[in-house]
Amino acid sequence: MDVISEFFSEYDGLQAFRTTIYLTLLSAVFALLIGTVVAVMRVSPVRVLQVIGTAYVNIVRNTPLTLVIVFCNLGLFLQLGVALANKDSNTFINDNNFRLAVLGLSVYHASFVAEAIRSGVNTVPLGQAEAARAIGLPFLKTLRYVVLPQAFRGAIAPLGNVLIALTKNSTVASVIGVTEASAVMKVMIENRPDVLFIVFGIFALGFVILTLPVGVLFTSMSKRLAVKR
Amino acid sequence: MSSSSVLFDAPGPRAKRLYAAVGVGSIVVLLLVLWFVISKLNDKGQLTAAKWKPFLTGEIWTQYLLPGLAGTLIAAAISVVLAMLVGILLGVGRLSAQAWIRLPCSVIVEFFRAVPVLLMMLFLFALYAKYEVFPPERLALAAVVTALMLYNGAVVAELVRSGVYSLPKGQGEAAMAIGLTGGKTMRLVLLPQAITAMLPAIVGQLVVILKDTALGYIITYEELLRKAEQIGNYASNLLPALIVVGAIFVIVNYLLSLAAQRVESAMRRRGRSAGGPLTADPTDQNAVGAFAGPGPSDSVGTT
Repeated sequence: MDVISEFFSEYDGLQAFRTTIYLTLLSAVFALLIGTVVAVMRVSPVRVLQVIGTAYVNIVRNTPLTLVIVFCNLGLFLQLGVALANKDSNTFINDNNFRLAVLGLSVYHASFVAEAIRSGVNTVPLGQAEAARAIGLPFLKTLRYVVLPQAFRGAIAPLGNVLIALTKNSTVASVIGVTEASAVMKVMIENRPDVLFIVFGIFALGFVILTLPVGVLFTSMSKRLAVKR
Repeated sequence: MSSSSVLFDAPGPRAKRLYAAVGVGSIVVLLLVLWFVISKLNDKGQLTAAKWKPFLTGEIWTQYLLPGLAGTLIAAAISVVLAMLVGILLGVGRLSAQAWIRLPCSVIVEFFRAVPVLLMMLFLFALYAKYEVFPPERLALAAVVTALMLYNGAVVAELVRSGVYSLPKGQGEAAMAIGLTGGKTMRLVLLPQAITAMLPAIVGQLVVILKDTALGYIITYEELLRKAEQIGNYASNLLPALIVVGAIFVIVNYLLSLAAQRVESAMRRRGRSAGGPLTADPTDQNAVGAFAGPGPSDSVGTT
C-alpha cells in the first residue's frame, strides 16, 4: 500500500483536494452573486433586462465548460492580456490560472444558479407578491423583502445540485494548469500505471466524500427550511 | 411570464417612464461593455480581416470544423445510445424486488453520479492504453464514450426510476391483477410508459452529453474544441476560432433544447402516458453534469 503513502507525501494529494475545495467555494460565492443578479433581471419588468438575462442563460448554458475555461486562459489571458494577478509576484502563473478558472467556473455556473432561483421564485404563491404590492411596495422591495427570501428557501435543493456539480466541474480547471485533484491524479497515473485502479479509487473516493455529505445536507436543509404553507 | 408578471403591476405613466429610463440605461451600459470588448480586441489586432477570412474558405470547414463537428456528434450519438441501454438496465435493477439486484445497482448509480466525468475519462484512457483494449487511434473516442455512457447511464437510471414512480399506482396493480409476474409488469406495462414520459428529459440530456464531449479535448480526442486549437495554430487566429466553435456549440445545443420542448409539449397534447412527461432538471445540464439528478420529487413537472 505504498501508493497511499505516496499520495500523501510525494504528490501532496491533500493539497490537491484543498485546491479543489477552494476553487469550488470561491466559484460558488461568485456564481451565487452573478446568478442572483441574472435571475432578478429575468423577472424584472424592464424588457431589455429580461432579454439580456435570457440571452446570458441560453448562451452560457449551451457552451461546454471546457470551452469556457480554455477561453479564459487562451483567449482572455494569452491573446488579450487580461491578467487577474500581480505580474511581478513569483507565483503569478499559478495565481492567474487559479483566478481565471474561478472566473470561468463562476460565469458558467451562474446561469444554473439563475435558473435555480427562478424556479424558487415559482414556488412563492401569487398571493405573497400581490400582498406586497397591496401594501405599496415597489418591485425591488417586493423582491427583497417578500419574494427572494422565500425563493432562496424554495431553491435550496436545486442550488445544492449546482454546488455538487460545481465541485465535480472544478476538475476541468486542470486544463489550464490548476493543480487540483484531477491534475494530480493524471500525474500519478502516468508515473504509476501499475497501480492504476488504486490511484483512481483514491481520487474517486475523495469526490464521493466531498459530494455525498453536501447532497445529504442540502436535502435535509431544503426540508427544514422550506416555508410551511 | 406567468409568475413574473405578478411581481409588478401593469405600469402606469410614471412607472412606464421609469422602465423606459432603466431600459435605455441598461442598453447604454451594454453598448459600453461591447465597445470596450471590441476596442480591446481591435487593439490586439483580433478583428483584422486576415483573422476572420479563413472561416469563409472551404478549407477550414472541410479540414477542421466539419471533421471536428463529426467527432463531437459521433461521440455524443454513441454515448446516448449506450447510456440509454445502461440506464434502463440500472434503473430497472434499482426498482427490482430482489435486494441482491437492487443494492449493487444503487451503489453503481450513486458512484457514477458522484465521480467527475473527467476523472473517469482520464482513468479509462490510461486503462485502455495499458491493456490495449482498443487500437491506439480509437483510444480517446473509447474513453470519452465509456465515461459519458457510465455517467449519463446513471442519470438515465434515475429518470427511469422517477418515470416509474410518476405512474399511477393502478397501472402496476392492474398488471398484477391479470396475473403478470413482476418482471412482465415492468417490461410490458410500466417501462414503456416510463420511457415515453422520459423522452423530453432524454433529449435534454443530449445537450449535456454533447457539451461533455468537449472534455475529450483533454485526452486529445479530435472534437470541435481540439480542432479550434488546430485552426488557431494553422491560421494564427485562435481567438476567432474559439468564438466560431463556441457559436456552433450554442446553435446545436439550442436547437436540441428547442426539440426537447417540442417533444414535451407534443406529449402533453397527446397525453399518451399515464404519468406526465418528465423534464430534465435544469441544474442537471452541466458540462460535467450534476450529481443529484432528477429525483422523483423535483423532476416531475418542474415547468
